[in-house]
Amino acid sequence: MSGGGGSTPYLAVQFRDMEAQVETGKLGVWLFLGSEILFFGGLFTAYSVYRANHIELFRYAHFFLDWRLGAFNTFVLLTSSLSAAWAVRCAQLGQRRGLRFTLLATFLLAAAFLLVKYFEYSHKLENGIGWGAACHPSAEILASLPDAARALPVPAHLGTFFSIYYLMTGLHGIHVLVGMGLFAWLLRRLPTLGPDHWGAVDGVALYWHLVDLVWIFLFPLFYLV
Amino acid sequence: MTARESSTSASAPAGHGRVHVVTPAALLGTVAALFALTVVTVVVSRVDLGAMNVVAALGIATVKAIAVAAIFMHLRYEGRFHVVVLVGCAVFAALLVGFVVFDTTRYQPDLRAREAAETRHR
Repeated sequence: MSGGGGSTPYLAVQFRDMEAQVETGKLGVWLFLGSEILFFGGLFTAYSVYRANHIELFRYAHFFLDWRLGAFNTFVLLTSSLSAAWAVRCAQLGQRRGLRFTLLATFLLAAAFLLVKYFEYSHKLENGIGWGAACHPSAEILASLPDAARALPVPAHLGTFFSIYYLMTGLHGIHVLVGMGLFAWLLRRLPTLGPDHWGAVDGVALYWHLVDLVWIFLFPLFYLV
Repeated sequence: MTARESSTSASAPAGHGRVHVVTPAALLGTVAALFALTVVTVVVSRVDLGAMNVVAALGIATVKAIAVAAIFMHLRYEGRFHVVVLVGCAVFAALLVGFVVFDTTRYQPDLRAREAAETRHR
């Protein structure tokens, strides 16, 4: 496709050329990502306010989260961001096989992330750790805590911490699920993607990097500090 | 344009004047740095720095976020306006968090004192 030509079937009528189409699509995705940051910003505010006032609760609740699972999931998501960025490169260069491999890899890594999250959630819920008033840790899970935590009484508002935990990681998990759907959609459209039609790959990859960015902050805030 | 960028754009699809194809070296270098920073953040969290633990964790997370945005999200190579959107939203989200935390920590002692007084009255 030439810079000013309409020689591709993927050029929509309202655009001067492919460059204008790709740039407009990109701007739209970026504005959407901006609204996503503000959307998560509200939840980060809830986290910060609760933490500022009840630091002892956060110190205690932190014993219920396994940092090794969180770190593992961080590596999974970072690798998936690499494969998503590589998919854009493959699409731009017309490397069809590479594109199929990187899109599939990103999809499977996203599934691996959710699988780990499923085990974390189910382990907590089976042991009575729900959100809000539904948080009554079982004797079994309390016995498995480190000595420093077992010496303390169970804080009265532990459920509020887990409300914030489930809301933030759950909303992030929904984003991962949506991302999987988008990568499946790209895989289905694989024959149409290439050097003259890679805007969709770029947009989905940008969204995926934002999902990764949110996790980069969630991981230390919940699992580490 | 740096020498590296101009050499990589030579392999860009024809006709895409402003397309930037990120090199494998840049992609792998970025992910290696992100892995290393993840290890650093875990190690630092095991050292008790008091209130500085949160600052260190958020600082490292911000560096990681900048690496993702600059290379994976192509911000280093393209339109300034996308940077304005991302940084603008991040700044306003941080302002929201900052001001609300200032506010709540300012009034929390009063609230707790009143709560304690009311409990005594009953």
